Amino acid sequence: MKISKSTKKKLFYEMARIRMIEKNIASKYSEWEMRCPVHLSIGQEAIAVGICQNLKKNDKIVTAHRSHAHYLAKGGSLKKMLAELYGKETGCAKGFGGSMHLIDLNAGVIAAVPIVGSTIPIGTGVAWANKIKKKREIVVAFFGDGATEEGVFFESLDFASLHRLPILYVCENNEYSVYSHISKRQSKKRSITKIAKSFGIKSEKMDGNNIENIYTKTNKIIKKIKNKPQPYLIELKTFRHLEHCGPNNDDHLNYRSKKYLKQWNRKCPIKNYEKFLNKNNLVSKKNIKDLDNIIKYEILNAFAFAKRSKFPKKSLLKRFVYA
Amino acid sequence: MLRKKKKISLADSIKEALILSMKKNKNVLLIGLGVDDPKGIFGTTKGIDKLFKDKRVFDFPTAENAMTGISIGASLMGVKPVIVHQRVEFSLLSLEQIINQAAKWFFMNGGTKSVPLVIRLIIGRGWGQGPQHSQSLETIFAHIPGLKVISLSTPYNAKGLLISSIEDKNPVIIFEHRWLHEIQGIVPKKYYKVPLGKARIVKKGTDLTLVSSSYMVIECLRSAKILKNYSINTEVVDIQSLRPLDIKTIINSIKKTQKAIIVDNGGISYGISSEIIAKLYEYFSSKNKNFNKITRIGPPDNPIPSTRELAKYCYPNYLDIIQNVEKLLKKKFKNLDKYRNDVPSDQPNRNFMGPF
Repeated sequence: MKISKSTKKKLFYEMARIRMIEKNIASKYSEWEMRCPVHLSIGQEAIAVGICQNLKKNDKIVTAHRSHAHYLAKGGSLKKMLAELYGKETGCAKGFGGSMHLIDLNAGVIAAVPIVGSTIPIGTGVAWANKIKKKREIVVAFFGDGATEEGVFFESLDFASLHRLPILYVCENNEYSVYSHISKRQSKKRSITKIAKSFGIKSEKMDGNNIENIYTKTNKIIKKIKNKPQPYLIELKTFRHLEHCGPNNDDHLNYRSKKYLKQWNRKCPIKNYEKFLNKNNLVSKKNIKDLDNIIKYEILNAFAFAKRSKFPKKSLLKRFVYA
Repeated sequence: MLRKKKKISLADSIKEALILSMKKNKNVLLIGLGVDDPKGIFGTTKGIDKLFKDKRVFDFPTAENAMTGISIGASLMGVKPVIVHQRVEFSLLSLEQIINQAAKWFFMNGGTKSVPLVIRLIIGRGWGQGPQHSQSLETIFAHIPGLKVISLSTPYNAKGLLISSIEDKNPVIIFEHRWLHEIQGIVPKKYYKVPLGKARIVKKGTDLTLVSSSYMVIECLRSAKILKNYSINTEVVDIQSLRPLDIKTIINSIKKTQKAIIVDNGGISYGISSEIIAKLYEYFSSKNKNFNKITRIGPPDNPIPSTRELAKYCYPNYLDIIQNVEKLLKKKFKNLDKYRNDVPSDQPNRNFMGPF
């Protein structure tokens, strides 16, 4: 599959945008105005963008605690996301959910929750309803390597396979569950893709930092799912740049080896793609500068919106306990 | 509904509520392990799968947590799932999805989308079912804001409450006691609702209030009948809605009778009776009223063993309630023994043999 020049630019733009938004959140975090845990997506942008660029607006996604990239890549409102982080009534969840409960139904972002693995069955249920109602929409469920240790992961795969549900399970494997390395949590003999296969679900491994590869491969998979409802699982190795939760780098704690860090830092999906586009004369330094300015302006506006918005009133506290 | 009898069992009234709801709303689906098997969840879902052309009844993998999560996901897309677990204890595997997700969904997304979901939980008792098949765990669910928790006790109310629950926009947990499935009552054939959030005066009285729910309402009514012979006119209140709790109806009854026993269907420590007595204390102490005429009774603080010889000490019955009335009223009723029946304590009645 050939990727058009404009799509290439779009892929780059979307990744650069998410990176810049996350960096701005990190730098403004110390103002102590965003008072909620943030799990930044820096380093893992390629997966969110590569997949979501293949989705239609009415396709749905569910995600977990590290959800900013998925929300933004699927078209979730930036203003509402930042307002949510600031705890304001204009937030996507009126300030009731915070960074770990992003939602934007207009963009097909159904849910994000921090309990590991918990949106896997919920996404499966959305796909089930789509199948029952004969809708040609698909669901993408994003989760990490830790989630594949949860019982609901297995329970959901079984149901999705049994009913041939139109869902793409996306495991972003960054090897760490907070500070616990995958080697301490999973047997070396264990394979996430083989687990899926044993349920009768097609699966494959991909490089989580190669945007074009992700884009073209998932384009095919998503077409297959839409043509004939069936579940699919992909596992993408990737790397989180910052600490598990918070705005900082915590590599002084030495939980990841110098060699590991060096190796992964060479694989930054955005820097590498910029180099590639540059080398192939697809974007110039000036193009990139222009894009930067567009994004900066959008971010500036969105932060200003979040900051000037009001906190929700006390009277709202009881209003959303029951519908 | 093709039936001639006015009186039907509570199991049949549940079945009628399900069928009528499914006819009225094509999005209503029945979900659960064994929901379409030959026995059909003690008859409550028996044969329903054959009444509908489209597939509406889904037998499910033995995966309670995913079953709940999948139902939540489906409910977000306009499906109305009614889950059933053959014992309360199986639902404990799905507490994460119930408490973290379903109960808080509407709240944590700032009122964007709610989870309209019904979960029927069956309480077991008797015939040696033992520690993991005879718990009344209403209080675990009633503790959680965002859930509505309903307890059934008569065929009439079971049908109306189930229909209301299916129409509700929130997650509703319904407790059904296994010993109530066979009880008979007059049930209209039509689609009707009994509102959630309301307690019910089962029997009017003036001298004493018994407050209870689920199967223990039956024991309270037995006590009331006997107490009449001792010139005690008892009022019996069925709590019916454990969350939200209709404390007003209970307060109004006690204002009239001045005396009450809260008869708990589950363990009393941190239980439903604890909450009711706390609320009564808050109300009556603020009015400077005498509070020493309110007490409670319920299963003791231990799991229920299988052997009938010990399980019999774990369930208060109508005579235990009456003995508590004696203490409360500082009276001694003569010849109480003549009201003792010889139905073994591990059977709801002589005709009903296990296994359940």
